[in-house]
Amino acid sequence: MKLKNNIAIAENGFIFNAARGDSFTTNPIGIFILQGLKNNWDKARLCQEILVKYEIDEATCEKDLYDFLKMLKHYDLIEE
Amino acid sequence: MAKQRYERPVLKPLNGNITNKFGAQAGFIPHTHIDGLAVHALTAKYGSPLFVLSERTIRETYRQAYTAFSTRYPKVQFAWSYKTNYMNAVCNVFHQEGAWAEVVSSFEYEKALHNGVSGDKIIFNGPDKTEKDHRLAIQNNSLIHIDHLDELYSLVALADELKVRPRVAIRVNMDTGVQPMWDRFGFNYETGQAWDAINKILLADKLDLVGLHCHIGTFMLASQAYRIATQKMADLALQIRKQHQHQLQYIDMGGGFASKNTLKGAYLNGADLAPSFADYAEQICTALFNAGFELGELPLLILETGRALVDDAGYLLGSVLANKRLSDGRRATILDFGVNLLFTSFWYEHTISPAQACSQYAEDIVLYGPLCMNIDVIRESVKLPPLNRGDQVVVHRVGAYNMTQWMQFIALRPRIVMIDLAGESHLIRDAEDLDYLMQLERVPEHLKKFDL
Repeated sequence: MKLKNNIAIAENGFIFNAARGDSFTTNPIGIFILQGLKNNWDKARLCQEILVKYEIDEATCEKDLYDFLKMLKHYDLIEE
Repeated sequence: MAKQRYERPVLKPLNGNITNKFGAQAGFIPHTHIDGLAVHALTAKYGSPLFVLSERTIRETYRQAYTAFSTRYPKVQFAWSYKTNYMNAVCNVFHQEGAWAEVVSSFEYEKALHNGVSGDKIIFNGPDKTEKDHRLAIQNNSLIHIDHLDELYSLVALADELKVRPRVAIRVNMDTGVQPMWDRFGFNYETGQAWDAINKILLADKLDLVGLHCHIGTFMLASQAYRIATQKMADLALQIRKQHQHQLQYIDMGGGFASKNTLKGAYLNGADLAPSFADYAEQICTALFNAGFELGELPLLILETGRALVDDAGYLLGSVLANKRLSDGRRATILDFGVNLLFTSFWYEHTISPAQACSQYAEDIVLYGPLCMNIDVIRESVKLPPLNRGDQVVVHRVGAYNMTQWMQFIALRPRIVMIDLAGESHLIRDAEDLDYLMQLERVPEHLKKFDL
C-alpha cells in the first residue's frame, strides 16, 4: 500500500493527481496520513502514529483510517 | 506534548461545476451556548436528546410582532395557538405577554382553562367540537368559531335549550391568489357560503355574531395574500353593518406567518425569504384602514400567529451515535434523534450546527435518526465538519409543532427545558419512561402468561 508517484500534496491539503487531472482537498489529519503513506508507513504504523498525535481511542482511529484508505483507493490515489 | 483534537480524515473531490451563486461556504460557527448555558452542560444535566426553549427569544419575538401591528393599528390582540406548542410553560409566557388562547380541541381548551385563561379569552376553533365542548365553551362565554353548517345548527339548538346567546364567529375561506387554496375550513367567500351562514345566524337571532375569522394557509411566504384576505373579511363586515345594522367586534386573521426555517426545495434560505412581521402588518393593517370602517367602529384585529412566534426559540440538542459510509460513497452520520422528535424535518431543511470546536473542512453527509425505519432521515444532504461519535449538534428553529407532533415511536420522548431570563434552566416536561408508556395499557387475564 503506497501513494502513487504522480500525486502532489500541498501543505494546505490540496491534492492533485497529475495522471488523471483529478484534484481533492483533505483536512490536517488527512495530510498527516498521506505524508505517512509517502514515508511507506503501513496501516499499523499509521494507526500508531495517529494515536500518539491525536486524542482518540484505537477503535475509532482504526475504523476511520480504514475508511479513508478505502476512499484513497477508490479515487486511485494509492496502490496495494 | 498535549495531544491534538481528533477529527476524522476527509477526502473531498473538487469538481469544476457551475459557480455557486452564493459563493463559498463561509465556515462553520459552533453553537456552544444557548442563552449563556453551555450545550454540553445542558445535555450532561438533562440527557441527550434534549429540547431547549429560550424564554428570552419567545418574549422578544412576541414583542416584535406585537409592536409591528400595534404601531400600525389601534386595536390588536394576539391569541396563542396552542397546537403550535402547548407546553404549559410556553403557553404561560405568551399569556404573561398578553396573548389570549386559541385552541382547536377539547383537551387544548381544558389546558387553557387549567393554565388560568379566563373563558372569555379563549377562542375555540377547529372542525371537531362535540356538544359537550360547546356546552363548556358557552358556559365559559368563550368565542366559538363555527366551521360548518352542522356546527351552526347544533349551536342554535343548544342556545335555544340553554336560553343563552353564545358568542360566535364564522370561519371564512377564500381565494387569496395563493395555491393550494385552503377551503376545507369554514365557509367560502366567493361562492356566497359565508354570506349565507351569516344570514342564517343573524336571522335565527339565537347566536351573538361577534366576529369573523379566517386562516388562509400556513407558512405564507406572500404577505400580499393577507391584504386580499383582509379586504374580503372587511367587505363581509361592512355588508353585515349595512344590511343587518349589526356591528362586529373583531376580525380574526388567523395564523400562517412563515418562520425563518428553509422549506425543502426552496431556492433561497428561509431567513432571506420569510416576510417580516412588519411586512404582514403593513398588508393587514393598511387593508383594514382603507376598507371604509368609521373611525369609531374599527374592529379589534385578532391574530393567531403560532409558528413565527415560537420557532426561533426552540433548539434540539443531540449526539452522534455512529458514522458510516453508504454504498454510493456518501458519508452518513446517525444521531440520537430522528423524525420521531423532529417531525418538521419532513418539510424543513433544518439548520444544524456542531456544538463543539470544529475545523472548516466539511463534507456532504446524510443525517439519519436512530429509528429502525428507512424514513428516518433528518437531512438528505448537508455540509458539516466531520463529527466524531459522541459529538453534539444543535438543531435550530424547532419551537413550532415538534413538541406537539412528536411521535412516541420506537424511542421514548425526552426532556424539555426552558432557559429563563436570568439564564437558569428549568425542566418543563420530564422524559417519558416505560411506566408512562404502559400506564394506559390493559392485558386480558388469559394473555398474562406464556411459556417459551
